[in-house]
Amino acid sequence: MSTIPATQLTTAPQDTRRTLIEVRDLKVEFNIRGGVVKAVDGLTLDIKCGQTVGIIGESGCGKSVTARAILRMVPKPGKITGGQILYYRVPRQKKLAGSNEVEVIELTKLDPDGEVIRQIRGGEIAMIFQEPMSSLTPVYTAGTHIHEAVSLHRLLPLKTVGDQMVERITQYRKVTREEAREIAVQMLRRVGIPKPEQRVDSYPHQLSGGQRQRVMIAIALSTEPDMLIADEPTTALDVSIEAQILDIMRELQQTANMAIMFITHNLGVIASMADEIVVMYMGKQVERAKVVDLFYNPKHPYTKALLQSVPKLGPKTGQRLASIEGMVPDPLHLPTGCVFHPRCPAFIAGKCDRHVPNWVQVGDNHWVRCLLYEE
Amino acid sequence: MLNYLIRRLGYALIMVVLVSFVSFVIIELPPGDYLTQKVEQLRARGDRSAELQVEMLRVRYGLDKPFLERYLNWAINFLRGDFGESFEFERPVSDILGARLGYTVILALATTLFTWLLAIPLGVYSAVRQYSIGDQIISVISFIGLGMPGFLLALIILYFSIVVFNLEVTGLFSPEYRDAPWSVGKVLDLLSHLWVPALISAITGTGGLIRIMRGNLLDTLGQPFVEAARARGLKNRTVIWKHAVRIAINPLVTILGAEVFPSIIVGSSLVAIVLNLPTIGPVFVDSLRKLDMYLAGTCIVFLTIMLLVGNLVADLLLAWVDPRIRLE
Repeated sequence: MSTIPATQLTTAPQDTRRTLIEVRDLKVEFNIRGGVVKAVDGLTLDIKCGQTVGIIGESGCGKSVTARAILRMVPKPGKITGGQILYYRVPRQKKLAGSNEVEVIELTKLDPDGEVIRQIRGGEIAMIFQEPMSSLTPVYTAGTHIHEAVSLHRLLPLKTVGDQMVERITQYRKVTREEAREIAVQMLRRVGIPKPEQRVDSYPHQLSGGQRQRVMIAIALSTEPDMLIADEPTTALDVSIEAQILDIMRELQQTANMAIMFITHNLGVIASMADEIVVMYMGKQVERAKVVDLFYNPKHPYTKALLQSVPKLGPKTGQRLASIEGMVPDPLHLPTGCVFHPRCPAFIAGKCDRHVPNWVQVGDNHWVRCLLYEE
Repeated sequence: MLNYLIRRLGYALIMVVLVSFVSFVIIELPPGDYLTQKVEQLRARGDRSAELQVEMLRVRYGLDKPFLERYLNWAINFLRGDFGESFEFERPVSDILGARLGYTVILALATTLFTWLLAIPLGVYSAVRQYSIGDQIISVISFIGLGMPGFLLALIILYFSIVVFNLEVTGLFSPEYRDAPWSVGKVLDLLSHLWVPALISAITGTGGLIRIMRGNLLDTLGQPFVEAARARGLKNRTVIWKHAVRIAINPLVTILGAEVFPSIIVGSSLVAIVLNLPTIGPVFVDSLRKLDMYLAGTCIVFLTIMLLVGNLVADLLLAWVDPRIRLE
């Protein structure tokens, strides 16, 4: 029955580590009644093909807003007020034809309801959400959801597969209803849903939480995106389901050379998933490093404090769990100087509360925003 | 599902019997009966022969029999399709209601169609463009519609159309068509009169619906599945109509059943009285005032049946549009 290849997109090896997304000094502000909240303030990062970048931080630190800014889906009254998001795009048609010609799109300049961003959303950059329980429209089946994504974004060669050997295929068509259903069943099988031929006709309320998140992943990956944004995808799930979902994501990433932007506040999850980690605090990026460097050699006092607040098993159990002193500041009245200074154990009076730290490099691909590391 | 349907119909039957009995009791409660009123009237006119007629009439209408016997007689005849005779009109109830039923249905359908076609798009617009100028204007008008009784609006429209525009807007037909056989001209004449009650119920009826639609949709638009749909690359319009409105509209289906079907029988009686519409509403109100028991009772029973049928239809529709409440 399977006439559609599981993966169509094969990328040339030299292409595997090219930059996909470049965020430069991104600023997102929310103009609310009480004033202006700087949800994201000067974020800089890049994501390469096939790479997993983790973003961690407390609730409200701007992680999710960053993800939505990339897709140009910042909720009202939020606005991108500065910076750039560049997307190095290989258009779908060219990619299918085997070309790796990159065009640069400035996502921040696109019309958020326009044609181009809608092709990218879901088709080239897909997203899965924190709440699998309510991320599927209750009145449509799993199959309908996948069909919706696939019929918008996936193209099939106009001629039969056998012709590929003889001549290059340059024309594509959208998938038909039957093919979309076939893809849906295939995808459900790949994300490990039992009896996919029956489950494809299940409504969301007939699926468990873990199954719904699998369906969400199936929807997201059914269009073979270049990047997946996962916004706390396992927060609402129990631990054993969490492990399964993470396994599926890793497995599918390897076969498709897909980049993942993984947003979480769970340090354990991020350690097992990410290549590189960005730590955010109150809209600012405070540290960025490879996963090993960050866990074994954290620089920023906030990162250190975060790592200490993870419960550990071993000889030292019985000690009180370390916590970060003080409270998250009111986003409308951020502290002067370094925003972390009121809670910082390494606080230097007269310095940290006056000067805003810069983004400095402290090692190989290891950046930090802290006055301790500035000359 | 079939079991459920049969059970629901069973409950409905019991309900109709109970309602018909209780309504009969309530109509009976005020002292006297139709004939005491009639005698008063005749006496006031100085007609002395009436007193002699009364006993004869009382026997003819069975008013001399005990209450229970009268009720049972009427109920059994009702099942045979004989709804009894109206005291006031001295004609069978079925004749009186039958003549008016057609117009009542036309009016109910026209106003419902008008109201819903207006309310849903306006509610959706109001929610999607929350706090915009358009939303504010729609909100103000819908609050006025909610607050203003229909008969008052009918009076205002009457006043302006007669005094200012010199238009005849009462009734459903112009005098020359009233008793004429059906023709294209008569239909056009009907349509030219129909807009007044339709407009009135559009203003008074849409207000609530617009607010409900707006509120539901605002709730739904904040749901994660709407954001997820947008993240799939769907057009804004598709996201709103296919994902958000589709969910937000479900509660309105219940309202449809609970309001539209009963309105087929009584409609908005007060508006109908003011505008002199030949619908069942005014007759029903009048029959209650004059203790015209069989006429009033028949109206109430049909009203109950329509309400129950409406609820059943709404529940079935809801199960059809929303898989979450489908019964196994």
